[in-house]
Amino acid sequence: MENYLKDIQDIKKMMDKSSQFISLSGLSGILAGVYALAGAIFIKYIDALQEGYVIVDSYSFKIILGVALAVLLLSIATGLLFSIRKARRVGETVWNNTSKRLITNFMIPLVTGGVFSLLLIKNQYYGLIAPITLIFYGMACVNASKYTLRDVRYLGVTVIVIGLAATYFMGYGLEFWALGFGVCHILYGSIMYFKYDRNK
Amino acid sequence: MVNEFADFNTLKELLGVTDGNLASHAKALEAEQYIMIEKQFIGKKPNTRYMATSHGRKAFKDHIDALEKLIQKR
Repeated sequence: MENYLKDIQDIKKMMDKSSQFISLSGLSGILAGVYALAGAIFIKYIDALQEGYVIVDSYSFKIILGVALAVLLLSIATGLLFSIRKARRVGETVWNNTSKRLITNFMIPLVTGGVFSLLLIKNQYYGLIAPITLIFYGMACVNASKYTLRDVRYLGVTVIVIGLAATYFMGYGLEFWALGFGVCHILYGSIMYFKYDRNK
Repeated sequence: MVNEFADFNTLKELLGVTDGNLASHAKALEAEQYIMIEKQFIGKKPNTRYMATSHGRKAFKDHIDALEKLIQKR
């Protein structure tokens, strides 16, 4: 009898370990992309007031950092909000083993990229910041995609490629940011929205 | 679930059943909306894939929970 019980518990463990967080909302991806584009346009506007591309000047740099942070926080908040709504609609909880696993695996490459970027700033290698953030974000997505909807994986790979392109074409960090965080999220968010959310 | 999907041949080998046996069980599961059947072509060869639905997942979990309770009672 104990063998049967153990078998059942193994099955339950396997099911829990492999379940995916499906309450990710495509709509929040679209919005995140819109925020990113808005932020990029805003920064471009500020930059247009002084010639040249992004430079070491500490004032405009602080503004860029501020805008990036604002876009990030808004995107996270939007993502959380929409995920909670979607989870409630299908009767799932938002905070469970599955979502914890998702967040952990998303955070590891992301935080690494963040720390790396900060260290780049400290050592004044400004040119690499945009490519590095893109590449690490892409890898975070690819890693997290195992624990949520598959499409996030393709978003991740696309952003990685964009990050590499940004490394090749140095000096266009803002444009590649707009492409990777803006356009890509709108694109993949739309795909996910039409695939999963539309006809529920 | 543990695997996102399983195709016809994989299941057939794993379970050691005949084509007809597998197909009829799959149809029954689909009728209860426990699984989704996807038929496509890979190149020229037909390919059938089975995926669990959220309804099926829940039903399976309930089933397992019931079995567990049954065994623990003894």
